[in-house]
Amino acid sequence: MLYALCFLLFTIGLYCAVTKKNMVKIVIGIMVMEYAVNLFLIMLGYRMGGVAPIIGRSDLESGLGGFVSKSVDPLPQALVLTAIVISLGSLALMISICVRTYEKYGTFDITQIRRLKG
Amino acid sequence: MSVPLPVFVAIPLVTAFLLPVFAKRGKAVATVLANLATISLLVLAIGSIGQSRVYEVGRWSIPLGINLVLDGLSSLLLLAISVVSSAAMFFSIRYMEQYTARAKYLSLFLLMVAGMNGVVLSGDIFNLFVFLEIASLASYALVGFGCGHEELEASFKYMVLGSIGSIFILFAVALVYGNTGSLNMAYISEAIQSNGLNPGLTFALGLFIVGFGLKAALVPFHAWLPDAHPSAPAPISAMLSGILIKTLGVYALARVVFNIFGISLATGWLLLTFGIVGMLVGAFMAFGQWDLKRLLAYSSISQVGYVMLGIGLGGLIIAKDGNLAWASLAILGGLFHLLNHAVYKSLLFLTSGSIQMSTGTRQLREMGGLAEKLPVTRAACTVASAAIAGIPPFSGFWSKLILVIASVQAGYYWVAAIIVFVSLCTLIMYLKVQRYVFLGELPENLQEITENRGSMLVAMVSLACLCVLMGLLLTPGLRASIFAPAVKVLVDGVSYSANVIGM
Repeated sequence: MLYALCFLLFTIGLYCAVTKKNMVKIVIGIMVMEYAVNLFLIMLGYRMGGVAPIIGRSDLESGLGGFVSKSVDPLPQALVLTAIVISLGSLALMISICVRTYEKYGTFDITQIRRLKG
Repeated sequence: MSVPLPVFVAIPLVTAFLLPVFAKRGKAVATVLANLATISLLVLAIGSIGQSRVYEVGRWSIPLGINLVLDGLSSLLLLAISVVSSAAMFFSIRYMEQYTARAKYLSLFLLMVAGMNGVVLSGDIFNLFVFLEIASLASYALVGFGCGHEELEASFKYMVLGSIGSIFILFAVALVYGNTGSLNMAYISEAIQSNGLNPGLTFALGLFIVGFGLKAALVPFHAWLPDAHPSAPAPISAMLSGILIKTLGVYALARVVFNIFGISLATGWLLLTFGIVGMLVGAFMAFGQWDLKRLLAYSSISQVGYVMLGIGLGGLIIAKDGNLAWASLAILGGLFHLLNHAVYKSLLFLTSGSIQMSTGTRQLREMGGLAEKLPVTRAACTVASAAIAGIPPFSGFWSKLILVIASVQAGYYWVAAIIVFVSLCTLIMYLKVQRYVFLGELPENLQEITENRGSMLVAMVSLACLCVLMGLLLTPGLRASIFAPAVKVLVDGVSYSANVIGM
């Protein structure tokens, strides 16, 4: 169920990126897609009522089996951190390109920014 | 000579971040440093031919840590990347005098090289995504480097489609992790072999094909390429068309489809169809173009089609349990064409840059009679055109011949017919270039132009020599050391995992 909602968010972002005419809205659509994927990654590793994946002294003493069965998966969190950094970089570049384009054309409307054809 | 694998990523990455520091001491220092980086990569790539190794980053054994894998396919791509990037970097010395912010340009260039080397070497699927994004982000910025109207528009278009492709790939990585519990390619492949494909993994495969297809500009996803490649500065066009679409697109797709998921009948047909549709659409669209670089960009779509056709045909024969000899021959043709296309298409873009710098235009109708004014550029362009059109004894002829032989032997006569037909279209398209650029009347406003000397000529002449000599790569000794291991990686398919884990 949650996965389906996450996928719905992804398709909303895709729809926005594909159909909108305003450059900034396209960027927003792409970012919604990005966050849908990040959310999906986090949910993959999440466990209802799980504990943080930090091994304490008591866990070591009582054996790691119990810890493994209740902690959440830390790997997707590391992946999401990396993905967020990457998407921040691409967001910054996209927005700066939008700003430069606005300076040149005086509009954000992609139907009016059409010098390249063929 | 056996260097640790991270060196291939570390050299361009470290140099890229050092350049802005050195730029304060003058542009010359930064330029020399960047050229040293690409040339040392070329030496290392030649030294790494025929080796296969696994490097565990930080000594974490797989599957706990990230691993870098060098095998035949990787070293073939490393060779192609380093040849084209050295030539393009050398060409930039003179060409980039038209632009400001030299150090930033060189940094982005080297970041792109670092990303591509990383993609080729990575044995971890998330790590592959990270390197892919490094290379893509650098290329988005480089396409818009001129900051003019067209450049910004092209860069935005490229960036939107490229980002969507990247997000699809990330989504697929997440699905694969959720279904197999591993990010290491070898372990994913093992999990898929033992448990089979479930709907989630099939969906992930579809996402991978769309994502890498967007990066490779396979035909339904090619809309950005004819805008983005011409808008970049010429050396960057050479890098994008020559290498980037192949590394991020074709190589990554082949690695995922053949080595991780295992080739099946459906994916084999899909790759073959992508190849054929790309060849035809690219060639037909190129006919109508009057902008020189745009024509070259459409021709890239058509030529990537050849590479996909070779790989797809090989995969199809494997999936049908056909004769493995013909499958290897088809894949050999595809990979050889990849290497050839990297050399001659980057040469064509470099000559287009030389023409543009001398005449100030890219429109075919505004040129003519340049043969006398630009003799060396003309010679290089003619060699490259002959190679791309497949005139013997130039390199393109041999790879197309191999593709034709493979498809006839495997019984796909119609594929062979299409290959020959598109080759003819390519010939006509490049005759058009020769006719309008170099022959005919010299327009009045171009009477005074001169050829650019120095590094641009050296880069063009060395690539032209390669175009002539590449046919020699098929001699048994060189073929066994360069192509045979690369073909074997794809033909062996999912036994990749056993090789990596065993190494």
